[in-house]
Amino acid sequence: MGNALTKLIENRYAAILTIAAIVLVLPFIVPSTFYLRIATLTFIFALAVLGLNLLMGFAGQVSLGHAGFFGVGAYAVAIGPTHLGVPSWAALPAGAVIAALIAFIVGRPILKLKGHYLAVATLGMGLLIGMVFTNEARWTGGPDGMPVARLVLFGWIARGPQTWYWISGVTLALGALLATNLIASPTGRAFRAIHDSEVAATVLGVDVARYKLIVFILSAVYAAVAGAYLALFDGLVTPGTAGFLRSIEFVTMAVLGGLGSVFGSVVGAAVLTVLPQVLTVFHDYETIALGAIMIAFMIFLRSGVVPSLAALIGRRTP
Amino acid sequence: MNSVTTSPLAADRLTIAFGGIKAVNDVSFTVRPGEIFAIIGPNGAGKTTLFNLLSGIYAPRDGRVLLGGEDVTGEAPHQLARRGLSRTFQNLQIFLRMSAAENVMVGRHLHEKRNVFAHLLALPSVCRQNKETRARAEALLERVGLGNLSSRPASALPYGALKRLEIARALATEPKVLLLDEPAAGCNAVETRELEAIIRGIARDGIAVVLVEHDMRLVMDLSDRIHVLANGRTLAEGTAAEVRANPAVIEAYLGVAGVQEAARAGD
Repeated sequence: MGNALTKLIENRYAAILTIAAIVLVLPFIVPSTFYLRIATLTFIFALAVLGLNLLMGFAGQVSLGHAGFFGVGAYAVAIGPTHLGVPSWAALPAGAVIAALIAFIVGRPILKLKGHYLAVATLGMGLLIGMVFTNEARWTGGPDGMPVARLVLFGWIARGPQTWYWISGVTLALGALLATNLIASPTGRAFRAIHDSEVAATVLGVDVARYKLIVFILSAVYAAVAGAYLALFDGLVTPGTAGFLRSIEFVTMAVLGGLGSVFGSVVGAAVLTVLPQVLTVFHDYETIALGAIMIAFMIFLRSGVVPSLAALIGRRTP
Repeated sequence: MNSVTTSPLAADRLTIAFGGIKAVNDVSFTVRPGEIFAIIGPNGAGKTTLFNLLSGIYAPRDGRVLLGGEDVTGEAPHQLARRGLSRTFQNLQIFLRMSAAENVMVGRHLHEKRNVFAHLLALPSVCRQNKETRARAEALLERVGLGNLSSRPASALPYGALKRLEIARALATEPKVLLLDEPAAGCNAVETRELEAIIRGIARDGIAVVLVEHDMRLVMDLSDRIHVLANGRTLAEGTAAEVRANPAVIEAYLGVAGVQEAARAGD
């Protein structure tokens, strides 16, 4: 039994099966659509965190500006239908392409930086993108934000937690599948090699600058799609969607769930989405409780929830 | 000059300075195919700096690096890898979050199809290629005596095994020239003997092996030719016998280290 469990944890595709199982089962066990709404938010954030985890957990490059890409996706589905007559279903991939382009242009110079310097540079990038959303009021509604038209597919209108639960759940499972495929491919090995030793990767023929750019663009696309989903789900987008705190939230989710773990991305997103809801019972002390719990998580599960628990189970079984 | 144009690796008057000190100063040599070419010298002689120049990690201030007769000075390490140059590191550069086999699989990078979209979709061709890459990696691990450790995480391997893992990884690129930076450092006598056999095997396959090494017995046994550096400059070059008989070498290098080496050999 223990051995089978270890095997399951080590299987690359176990994470995807688990995610798929959760998505399928959850609607039948939760008592109300309120919970479906929380689950939908978790899936949407998990998608963005998954992309960030490719960048941070696998390739070892930090970003404190990913809410910027998230915002690009969100505002694309807001601005497209409202100002440009582009339907949502076309604005969504367009937003992903724009985010990819921004990542490509910004990534080339800043990915030469390392560690803290890269962190500060990506932070600047996120703030700049956020500033555009706040200041270009004619397009974005300024600090108040703007309403987002419903997604319409072949005359069918996507609305309500139930619909978005399935859309975001299926997308998350797909996103996890693509990420898992990539990690086990030459591209994924190049990412992981860069994380551990750039100099060794380069003498083995890995074009380090190119692979950093690839993973940066990929993670931007994940974030943009997630951002578009959140905007379409909420029916509203504000600069806060793309704010600095959101970037920090993504990084926290990735670290808490487990850097370098696909399933950890989902767990991290779930913890930080569900906990604030649960902790409302503490009323005024809600934020303090959240902070204390996060500190406790990092002390006792220091490689993140999923990797730490996996290691624990691995050690217990002979 | 003819030998330079056919040589797998040649240094031509290489010079680099750090803060006014010439760490490598006007160093030239020409390596022959399938040759084991050692670079020796006291600590601080510029051996590792020379390796970093040859592998493109540093750009020289003056001089050229030639691979197969072509001037490759200033090319990035990954471009040199494509031209058939690979190396190991004195202070290990292992991918510690990967298994031993995966470490070697990274070395196959240049020989794999690199289409990101195919990788995302895990197309059947990608899976086939992955299997092939893994099989090759395992064969290389077998060759360096780590066949039974291929699925182990690299972080769990002992130091001596990691040294060989780096050799297997470099061989995976199918190099024409292999730079080995102190492969025997930290190895015991048995491991050193095994290493000697591995290096001979590599040279027998026609790969030019350039070796920086402090274990003088290994260098003298193994090397076809030895290039001696001191204070960044060339002191001598020749066969083991020639170098050993060179008065300048004895004075600058073997005079001190040689005695210690002899004492250590007598233990």
